[in-house]
Amino acid sequence: MSDPTTRTIAVEYLARVEGEGAMKVVVRDGVVEDVEFRIFEPPRYFEAFLRGRMYSEAPDITARICGICPVAYQMSSVHAMEQAFGVEVGGQLRALRRLLYCGEWIESHVLHVYLLHAPDFLGYESAIHMAQDHREIVEQALRLKKIGNQVMTLLGGREIHPINVKVGGFYKAPTRADLDSLVEDLQWALDASRDMVRITAGLSFPEIEQPFEFVSLRHPDEYPFNEGRIVSSAGLDIANTEWNDWFLEEHVARSNALHSRIRSRGSYHVGPLARFALNRDLLHPEAVAAANEVGLPAVVTNPFRSIIVRSVETVHAVAEALDIIDRYEQPAAPAVPVTPIAGVGHGATEAPRGLLYHRYEIGGDGRILDAQIVPPTAQNQLTIEQDLREVLERNIEMADEPLQWRLEQTIRNYDPCISCATHFLRLEIDRG
Amino acid sequence: MADPVVLGIGNRDRGDDAVGLLVLDELAARGLPGVDLMAGDGDPGWMLDAWEGRPCAVVVDAMVTGAAPGTVVSFDASSTALPSDARLSSSHALGAATSVELARALGRLPKRLFVIGVEAGSVALGSSLSPAVATAVGLAADAAMEVLADA
Repeated sequence: MSDPTTRTIAVEYLARVEGEGAMKVVVRDGVVEDVEFRIFEPPRYFEAFLRGRMYSEAPDITARICGICPVAYQMSSVHAMEQAFGVEVGGQLRALRRLLYCGEWIESHVLHVYLLHAPDFLGYESAIHMAQDHREIVEQALRLKKIGNQVMTLLGGREIHPINVKVGGFYKAPTRADLDSLVEDLQWALDASRDMVRITAGLSFPEIEQPFEFVSLRHPDEYPFNEGRIVSSAGLDIANTEWNDWFLEEHVARSNALHSRIRSRGSYHVGPLARFALNRDLLHPEAVAAANEVGLPAVVTNPFRSIIVRSVETVHAVAEALDIIDRYEQPAAPAVPVTPIAGVGHGATEAPRGLLYHRYEIGGDGRILDAQIVPPTAQNQLTIEQDLREVLERNIEMADEPLQWRLEQTIRNYDPCISCATHFLRLEIDRG
Repeated sequence: MADPVVLGIGNRDRGDDAVGLLVLDELAARGLPGVDLMAGDGDPGWMLDAWEGRPCAVVVDAMVTGAAPGTVVSFDASSTALPSDARLSSSHALGAATSVELARALGRLPKRLFVIGVEAGSVALGSSLSPAVATAVGLAADAAMEVLADA
């Protein structure tokens, strides 16, 4: 029990993160003793479930890991399979995969920026409360998000758990007219996403700069979605096949999810801030213009400012979607032929919330012998704890209620997709 | 005027979270002429679009309130906010309860809106349906038909 000088805050679950998890901070005599951001993952359920299934089932099975970023799971799985089988997917099929990813980024980023994260900065308990005073922002968010959903529905076959993606391409490729039907809405979305950048850049941010090691894909010619080497701000530059040589997943007693770290170094940061820092030169000119207009620096190390970077990436996704549609010619076949061979394949793509790594070992009959899936939120887990500790130390005198809010906001900076990895998020501040 | 709609919400891979979809299956099997049935995840954009221009909507979802699993409750959400302790369980970003209240804040509720919640037991990934919730599917379908009869 608490003594009279002790304050304890317990929150049953933390709203506005995608899924559920838990957090506990322990403060003794005004000093931060421990910070735990816990994820209760149904342990490796999907990795076990995949064993014995055919390679061709991986995109549909892994898409079910997350209702928010199914495309990311599909993309990492198909790229891994194609690497194992020596299959190249190029031309318009490759462009369509990028377009599908644009849809997911728009949908996911808009949901997070406007409906989950903006209420923190504007002082509202939720988007519902925010809607009463900022109706136009919420209506804009719903329309933008819907446009992202439309792209996903058109290419994915349906909005939730898309089913049109296969190893080698798609089951069905859209016609030119199908894609043209998206153009008017995307043109509106380009203006609306520029507004997002202006609006988010006008928010007030807590002062904090963190010494992150940023990790993301880096492709020679493109802002990263599907392909590229894995690079970091500390000089890492590896092929996706080298993932397990450089990164380590380890069990931590308090959490079902595996914690990731760079071997011999420690925590790292994946997601919009990392992609932006490592690939700003490859952003679409529309996104560069939007970033420059609000004076965004080349590297952003204040995690609270991720809301601006997420908005800049939304501009990128909308602008690139329009470019892809403009250049689209329906391919002769919706997929390239695939013949499974025994081997190992790796896939790393950029989910909205960061790098998503898959590794599969396939038997000669095309069955999956082993699967490894490393979601972005698990990779950010240690970094989130470090941010929580820093924010807590800077605000230790703050009253419980605003402190709790600030800590929740700190977790939301990462747009954590805990449903990829967990259940309830309980927040507990122990000042005993 | 457009037909009433029943929105079934859930995830078939998460145990009792499937109940909203199972109630839709049950209503489809019973046959309801003049009523549209739609499955989804509770996303606000989807829900607001689904009931736009319709006189009546019924939302069916799993719920976590601490009641016994399989308990079925029906709210008239047209004029009263959903009780905050009745958290419709969603493993997605914004669940059905948030979507309903967001629609209310935006003035985009249908004229008549009913929410039928079925208390969930386990919503763990890969778990099976609880027997009590399996039994409740028919009761929730009855409750939906009752409100639709007056629509």
